[in-house]
Amino acid sequence: MKIKLRDIAHARSGDKGDAANVGVIAYDEKGYEIIKKYLTVERVKKHFEGICFGEVERFELPNIKALNFLLHNTLGGGGTISLKHDAQGKTLGAAMLRMELEIDE
Amino acid sequence: MKEKIRIASGQGFWGDLIDAPYWQVTEGDVDYLVMDYLAEVTMSILQKQKNKNPNHGYARDIPPLMERILPVCKEKGIKIITNGGGVNPEACADETLKVAEKLGIKNLKVAVVVGDNIKDRIDEIIASGCELNNMETGESILKVKDKLLSANVYFGAFPIVEALQGGADVVITGRTTDTGLTLAPMIYEFGWGKEDYDLLSAGTIAGHILECGAQSTGGNLLADWESVPNMAKIGFPIAEAFPNGDVIITKHESLGGRVDIDTISEQLVYEIGDPREYITPDCVADFTSIKLEKVGKDRVKVYNVKGKKETPFYKVSCAYESGYSAVGSLTYSWPDALKKAKAADKILRERLNNLGLKFEEIRTEFVGYDSCHGPLSKQLDEDDINEVEMRVAVRSDDYESVRRFGREIAPLILTGPPSVTGFASGAPKPKEVVAYWPALIPKELVEPKVKFLEL
Repeated sequence: MKIKLRDIAHARSGDKGDAANVGVIAYDEKGYEIIKKYLTVERVKKHFEGICFGEVERFELPNIKALNFLLHNTLGGGGTISLKHDAQGKTLGAAMLRMELEIDE
Repeated sequence: MKEKIRIASGQGFWGDLIDAPYWQVTEGDVDYLVMDYLAEVTMSILQKQKNKNPNHGYARDIPPLMERILPVCKEKGIKIITNGGGVNPEACADETLKVAEKLGIKNLKVAVVVGDNIKDRIDEIIASGCELNNMETGESILKVKDKLLSANVYFGAFPIVEALQGGADVVITGRTTDTGLTLAPMIYEFGWGKEDYDLLSAGTIAGHILECGAQSTGGNLLADWESVPNMAKIGFPIAEAFPNGDVIITKHESLGGRVDIDTISEQLVYEIGDPREYITPDCVADFTSIKLEKVGKDRVKVYNVKGKKETPFYKVSCAYESGYSAVGSLTYSWPDALKKAKAADKILRERLNNLGLKFEEIRTEFVGYDSCHGPLSKQLDEDDINEVEMRVAVRSDDYESVRRFGREIAPLILTGPPSVTGFASGAPKPKEVVAYWPALIPKELVEPKVKFLEL
């Protein structure tokens, strides 16, 4: 079945040099199990095609039901050099929540 | 030893809500007010101001703020800690004392933390074998040395602790980590040691929760943002800290906003990298050890924090000149708003090309259509698009190219696609670009110094 990521999680994003960080936080344990299984590096990299031009790193924070992603080469050179309207990647958390996941069950 | 202390966050960045620090000290009881003013580029802006006037170079919001809060803080015994001293903390302290004198305040002790500014020591540091290599590219600072605007070491909590031990009522620093501002009073009040890594990490994480102001009390909240009460008078976070490292994050009851697991979790993941290795000058905190528990209305307990020994390096933030940039925009309306905006962009680029101007980058975005989410944005039929803002940004080492670009926006109104507006503010002016150079420096090469000034 297909679910919307925004129904099971919230997010916040920001900048780390030319990389954007996107933290995704599940609303409950069941949601965390889903994002842990389905929100893979490959899935996130594909989602941000045309936005993220580098590697994607993923970290788990099971204690707060969250995953943290670093999207490298994403902010047009980083904070002060970047010509992007969203130079600090502030809206990329919301962009992540556009994702739909095909899950078992 | 106090059984607990209350540390209030007053600013999340230079430019944050002006009234927030005043509310923090008047709407309830707190022991400390901590204010973060410095982002990565702020130091270079301040350095430029100091170059023009040796009495400038600090957050100029501070003297008028002191005028409002010093009488309250002095009366209630609230200590103020801020990194708003920028590249001239001494001048900031002088101004603070002048304000106090004007207000008739007696017995005020202001401490200044200096030693973070290494701009004039670069040659000596390079000679000692540290080339301040860029943490991202590995290149030596020699590449940008001639264009360097500022170079500052991030100090941690311990210089501030020294200031508090010396009896300071107000502590003004240069480049101190945001987290160190909050951690310092805990170390001072509870007698934590340099090797109490778990406790230092607990205080560091409290600092991370406080450092962006209302971002942990309902501001910029993606989870159910519409339900956050009274955002107009949002309460900034307060950390109630205990000697065992437990911290309860809360806010003044009379103010708006909210503190719950969602608001704290979003701030915890904000701008972090590897959560097991949150590196500061004081310790390496492990964000995967944190436990959160809602212990009352607008009260979240943060506990069980673990951490490790600090690294042998300080982080250095350098800024250097990197050409010029400008942003021009025009708004196109229905019908065919996007088609018109795209056509205008094409015409503009053709003209820039015909003029032989040189740019490192030209970026066009369509605000109101896809400037935030790019290819992830929903594709709309032209008929559903009411209006689009064409936003064109350029960057170049050549000032004249950037200036001329600014001159090419307005002509599009009479020489391009129709139903266009939005040029009331005139031709965009070239802005100096300041680029950021992050590096590491062995701790033994720099030494923080604390000075005291008294009234």
